[in-house]
Amino acid sequence: MKRQFLLTITSMALAAGISGVAHAGKSDDTLNVAIDRELESVDNYYNTAREGIVISRMVWDALLYRDPATNEYLPNLATSYKWVDSTTLEFDLRKGVTFHNGEKFDADDVVYTLDYVSDPNNGAKPARNVNWWASTEKLGDYKVRLNLKKEFPAALEFLSGPIVMYPNEYYAEVGPEGMALKPVGTGPYAVTSVEPGKRYKFKKYDGYHSSSPKGQANIGNVVIRTIAESNTQLAELFSGGIDWIWKVKPDQAERIEAQGQFTVKNSSTMRIGYLNFDAMGRHSKNPMNDVRVRRAIAHAIDREGIVNALVKGESMVVHSLCFPSQFGCTQDVPKYDYNPEKAKQLLAEAGYVDGFEIPFLAYRNRDYAEAMINNLNAVGIKTNFEYLKYAAFRDKVQDGGSPFNFGTWGSYSINDVSAITSHFQSGGKDDYSKDAEVIKQLGIGDSSVDPTVRQDAYKAALSRISGEVFMFPLWSYNTWYAFSKEVDFNPTPDEIPRFFTAKWL
Amino acid sequence: MIYYTIKRLGLALLVALTVSFISFGLLYLSSDPAIAMAGETASDADIEAIRKLYGFDRPILVQYFDWLQRAMGGDLGKSYYFRTDVSSLIGERLPTTMTLGVCAITFAIVLSVPLGVAAAIRPNSLVDRVALFLSVMGQALPSFWFALMLIVFLSVNLRLLPTSGSDTWLHFVMPTVVLGYYAAPAIMRLTRTGMLEVLSTDYIRTARAKGLRPWVVLFKHALRNAIIPVVSLAAVQFGFMLGGSIVVETIFALHGAGFLAWESITRNDLPTVQGLILVFSLFYIVLTFFADLLNAWLDPRIRIN
Repeated sequence: MKRQFLLTITSMALAAGISGVAHAGKSDDTLNVAIDRELESVDNYYNTAREGIVISRMVWDALLYRDPATNEYLPNLATSYKWVDSTTLEFDLRKGVTFHNGEKFDADDVVYTLDYVSDPNNGAKPARNVNWWASTEKLGDYKVRLNLKKEFPAALEFLSGPIVMYPNEYYAEVGPEGMALKPVGTGPYAVTSVEPGKRYKFKKYDGYHSSSPKGQANIGNVVIRTIAESNTQLAELFSGGIDWIWKVKPDQAERIEAQGQFTVKNSSTMRIGYLNFDAMGRHSKNPMNDVRVRRAIAHAIDREGIVNALVKGESMVVHSLCFPSQFGCTQDVPKYDYNPEKAKQLLAEAGYVDGFEIPFLAYRNRDYAEAMINNLNAVGIKTNFEYLKYAAFRDKVQDGGSPFNFGTWGSYSINDVSAITSHFQSGGKDDYSKDAEVIKQLGIGDSSVDPTVRQDAYKAALSRISGEVFMFPLWSYNTWYAFSKEVDFNPTPDEIPRFFTAKWL
Repeated sequence: MIYYTIKRLGLALLVALTVSFISFGLLYLSSDPAIAMAGETASDADIEAIRKLYGFDRPILVQYFDWLQRAMGGDLGKSYYFRTDVSSLIGERLPTTMTLGVCAITFAIVLSVPLGVAAAIRPNSLVDRVALFLSVMGQALPSFWFALMLIVFLSVNLRLLPTSGSDTWLHFVMPTVVLGYYAAPAIMRLTRTGMLEVLSTDYIRTARAKGLRPWVVLFKHALRNAIIPVVSLAAVQFGFMLGGSIVVETIFALHGAGFLAWESITRNDLPTVQGLILVFSLFYIVLTFFADLLNAWLDPRIRIN
C-alpha cells in the first residue's frame, strides 16, 4: 500500500514537473538501459536471471535461432541440422564466423563448449539446460554430432537459445570467472566493460556474420545499468539519463503513457498463473480430493474480471496448463466460465452446502490472490491464507504441505509444453494428482520427435487435466516497457528484449 | 583505563560473535539457501546439485564453525551469488559506503552542532523554534520520501544533480543530504540540551563574572563539556550510516556495502551476509573505542578514572 502510494505520488510529481525532455542516447548513439537486479555473472552458463539471458542473446550465438515472431528454428552458427535418429542430431557449422577476440569459430568450439558445460563438476546452471546430451563428436572442422541421453524433443528449443557457443581456447584459459569479467562471443554486440553488478557496456560488433537471423545491430552502443529502485529508474527516464526501462508497474505505465513523452508498450509473457489442487489427497483427506469441488472453484474464480481490473495489459485468460504459443499447447480443452451459482450447486452436490474452510498458499501477487479469496468467499469457501517467500512456498508445496495453492510458472521462456505441463503433471514433487493417464500421455509427448504424435499426446493430457481440474490455469502475465520516443523497440512474448533489433527513429 | 578498554573490546568481540551466530541461524531458518540461490525457475536437480556443491546438507553447527574457522584466518569465503571472494566483494563496495558515511556524518555535525548551540544560547527564541522545526522534520521525513522528492526537484525538474550512480562527487550530494539530515536531529537536540545544562552551571557563571569573552565561555568552556555525549552519539550514528544506508544506497543506485547487505540477505548469500555482519560489527567496535578515547581527551575526569 505504502509502495503503491509512493509510486503514484512520484509518477504524478514527475509528470507534473516535466517541461521538455531531452535524451542523450541518440546523439551519442548509446542506448541507456536500466535493469533492477544485480547479475551474479554475465557468463551465460553461470547465471539464471532473465537480464542475463538478455545479455546472452546480445553477446553470444547459438547453433540455431528461434524467430520470436514465427517460432521457426532458423540456422545461425549451424547452417543446417538433421535428426539422424530420435537421439542423434548432426549439425553443419557456418564457416567464416569470428569471435570478438579474433578467434575463428569451428567444430572445436562447439565440442569444447558442450563438453564443458555438461560436465556436472563444472556446475553450469541451470542444470536442466545442459544435462540432456551424453556426448558430442567432431565429425569434421565444420561438422558435429550430438548424442542425446534419451529422446528429448525440446532439444532444438534449447539449441536455439540458452546453449550458446564459446571460444574454446579463450574459455580454457580464463574460465567462468574470466568470461564473467571479459565476455567473448560471436554475437551482434561485443562487451567493452563490465563493472560486476553495476554496469555493462556493449559496442556493436562490426565483424558480426552477415547471415545471422538476428541481423546486424542498428544502435552503436548499449549501456546496461543496475538501478534497483523503480522510482529511480523512472526519474532517470524522465531526466534523460536512461532511454529504456521495463517491468514498469501497471499504474506507472498508465501515467507515463498519459503524459505522452515516452513510448509505452506491453507484451504478454510465457508466464501463466495457476491453482494447484490436492486431487489425490497427498496432503490430507480434504474437499479438494473431490472433482466437483475443484470444478466449483473453477466456476467461482472471475478470471476475466481479475485480468481486466488487476493483471491488465495484454494478459489473457488461459484455459489449458500452458502458454498458447508453446508447441503442443491447445485451448481446445474443457472450459469453465465464471458462474458462482453453478459453483454453489456443485459444492452442494459434493456435500458442502455451507462451504468449508481450507488453507491457501501463495508467494506472489497478493492482490490477485486476495481477489480470488473474495470470489471463493462469495460461494462459501473460506481460506486460511498464507503468503510466503518463494523458497518457503516451494518447500511446503513440494513436501506435500498444501491442499490448495496459487502459483505461477514462466517455462524458462522455452516455447514447448514440456517446460510446463510435463514439469507439473509427470508425477514429480509438484504433482498433486499423479494421474496415470496424464503421466502416460505426457511421457509419449516428451519422448517422441514426431510433431503430430507429440501434439496428439499433449492434447490428450491437457484435456484430462482441464476436465478433472487437476490444476486450474488462470491467466498469462505481461510486462510493461517504457522508452524514449527516439527508440524503435518491439517486445516479444518470450520476455527477452532483443536490443540488436532496436533502432533510433 | 587499559584494563577497562580491554574488557570493553572483549565484550564487543563476544557480541560480534553472538550476532554472527544468530544471523547465521536465522538465515537458515528463514528458508532453504539452496532454493533461494537456485532461483524460481530451477529444477529439483539444480537445487540438489547446489545443496551438495555448497555443503548445505551438513549440520548447521558444522557449517557455522567451518565458516568461523576460516574467517579467523582472514578468509571470508566465496559469495554464493557472485562466485568471487567475499573480502574482495566487500572491499569493492566499502569505499562507496565509507564516502557516503563520512560525508553524511560531516554534513550532520556541521548542520546540527551550530544549530544546537544557537538554540541553546537563545532558548524559545525564533532560532530555537527553527531548529526545533528542522529537527522534527528530520525525524519525521522518511528517508525514501525525502530522497525521491530531492530527485524530483533537483534532478528531474532543475537538472542540477545526477539522479543516480557514484561516478562523481556530484552523485553524492543528494545521498549525503538525505542520510545526514536523518542523523542531524538527534545530534542537534543533544547539543542543545547539553549546552543548556552546562550554561546554567556555576563555573560558567564564574567564567562570565571573570569577564571572559562570550565566545571563549561558549566554545572553550561550555561546548567542550556539552559535546562529550554528542561525540558518542555521532560515533554510533556513523556506525549506523555504514550499515544502515540501505535505503539511500538503493534509491540512488550507489552499489555500496549497505545495498550489498540487503541484496545478499534476499538472495540468502550466506558468506556475504556473514562477512558484512562481521565487518559492520568491527566498525561499531572500533568507532565506540575511538569515541571513548575522544571523550577521554575532551574530559580529563575520564582519563583520571
